[in-house]
Amino acid sequence: MKRSITRLLMAPSVIMLLVWMIVPLSMTIYFSTIRYNLLYPGQNNFVGLMNFEFFITDPGFITAVANTLILLLSALIITVVLGVMLSALIDKPFFGRGIVRVLLISPFFIMPTVNALIWKNMMMNPVYGIFAWISQSLGLQPIDWLGTYPLMSVIIMVSWQWLPFAILVFVTALQSQDTEQKEAAQMDGATGWHIFRYLTIPHLARPIAVVVMIETIFLLAVFAEIFVSTGGGPGYASTNLAYLIYNQALLQYDVGVASAGGLFAVLLANIVAFFLIRAVGKNLTV
Amino acid sequence: MSYLVISELQKHYDSYHALRGINLNIKEGEFIVFVGPSGCGKSTLLRTIAGLESSSGGTIELDGKDITEVASSKRDLAMVFQSYALYPHMTVADNLSFALRLAKVPDAEIQEKVRSVSASLQLDPLLDRKPKELSGGQRQRVAIGRAIVRQPKVFLFDEPLSNLDAALRVQMRLELARLHKKLGTTMVYVTHDQIEAMTLADRVVILNAGQIEQVGTPLELYRQPNSRFVAEFIGTPKMNLIPVDNFAVQGDQLSLNLLDSSLSFPANRLAGPLPKAIVMGIRPEHLSLVEENGDFTGRVELVEHLGSEAYAHIQLGNNQTIILKASARSTLQDGDLVHIKVDSSEVILFNESDRVISVIAEEAGND
Repeated sequence: MKRSITRLLMAPSVIMLLVWMIVPLSMTIYFSTIRYNLLYPGQNNFVGLMNFEFFITDPGFITAVANTLILLLSALIITVVLGVMLSALIDKPFFGRGIVRVLLISPFFIMPTVNALIWKNMMMNPVYGIFAWISQSLGLQPIDWLGTYPLMSVIIMVSWQWLPFAILVFVTALQSQDTEQKEAAQMDGATGWHIFRYLTIPHLARPIAVVVMIETIFLLAVFAEIFVSTGGGPGYASTNLAYLIYNQALLQYDVGVASAGGLFAVLLANIVAFFLIRAVGKNLTV
Repeated sequence: MSYLVISELQKHYDSYHALRGINLNIKEGEFIVFVGPSGCGKSTLLRTIAGLESSSGGTIELDGKDITEVASSKRDLAMVFQSYALYPHMTVADNLSFALRLAKVPDAEIQEKVRSVSASLQLDPLLDRKPKELSGGQRQRVAIGRAIVRQPKVFLFDEPLSNLDAALRVQMRLELARLHKKLGTTMVYVTHDQIEAMTLADRVVILNAGQIEQVGTPLELYRQPNSRFVAEFIGTPKMNLIPVDNFAVQGDQLSLNLLDSSLSFPANRLAGPLPKAIVMGIRPEHLSLVEENGDFTGRVELVEHLGSEAYAHIQLGNNQTIILKASARSTLQDGDLVHIKVDSSEVILFNESDRVISVIAEEAGND
């Protein structure tokens, strides 16, 4: 009796959440199995797995998957390594620490589109960009970053965007580290490096796992930076899965293939997350 | 021969003068306890010895070497922290061997040392566990073991028992005393608990407001306190302190008038100038109940029965309450009118600046 009342009271929110998730998912699954091209309305016949076949055999597919993974892993490594180092660096009190912290966190407040525009036009532009100016003042040939190293440019932008998040998490975690443990290690003859290696890194294992997990979710779906800066090109050089799906749906009007791509992306995200979390969890909890 | 010599040690925080010129000589193998109320600087003193706080003046010498500016990792001291500060990601065995591994001691030797320490502290079944899987007492033993395994010159303890429950605290206190006997290493121990200080120490250092108030064996401090602060700090229940209304030296008698009675002591003269005011101190066990001719008369306010003894809180005139130690079988009742006799040989007198007044009692004809 009592249990059924609790269930009844919980039902609206549970049903709401379920619908919220189920409807888009089932529609995507449905669209992925029919012929659904906006250029040919009304010809929505069932095609089985043909959409998947189209998506997987797309000339950009292999590159897009590879780019997605390269982008994900590079950005993860850069943000976690730099994040741990920078937050350990600003953990000790020094003059102006508050301002330095705010400056380190602030890129996170800038929306991805603006971030990409800043990097594209102010930093990496071969004529007006700061990088070009630096190269020229050193007497070197300016580099056309977006044209020559498109994927790396996107990685730099995305890392700049996500590094503050990692720093934010790690700085908070470091504040909860027990000072008596560090003092005990000091008495035991440990140097700063020993304390960092044997106390701080294990202490950060869980925060690192959290950062990796959350960043994985967002980095698999990077879109705005690519859209604004390189447009996925040149060729497919900086196209990732999200951009490829966009390309199918809105440039080629093929909703069916795009849905199939979306489902593939869900699958890929799960596989990647599974391995990443396991790897992080195993290696760091010493 | 002094082993650890602290001279004129000063510690300033931004606006706070935490240590105001500490001078202390500690002999090799001594068990020294720093005790005092919170904020008296006892932990700061220990941490300065450890090198975890830098000193603002003065020197610390260990075994003939000035270590004032030496990094704490090079001082060859081991410290047991209040929170135990075990390394949470390492097993007990790794915790024990951490310092040895850092010092690149050969593996066989590390294993041998860890084995002998874990055997002596009964840690053998726990070696593979992580600190969070241990109880408070076990963590405490691991923390002590981690200090012992290095065989340092001095052990420093920072309130190591204050996180344990009462029963365990008594047990660990005994283990510490036993350990000190066995190892014979110099130990410096900080506590706010005077019972730990009294039971463990060879010598107790009482600190107050960043200064040493008195150094002595536990019994010296109990019997011959230098000051009212020490007298009140040591002893449970506290020493009774009764302000003296007026006093006079008549021949070889010092007589005190207080409350509604007068007490006299055989005293030829007071050491030093005559005090302006006197406070009389007497411990609860030096008061006794008599049928008549007592020094004081009062009414029992409350009796605390502790089983082995009883403490009677007695209301004298003038809103002055004193505590008297009575026998366990005492039949005292609240509200009883009692006569109290003071054991005048145990009375301690303090002057207006709360220092003890030395009364020189010379035998007649000696002068």
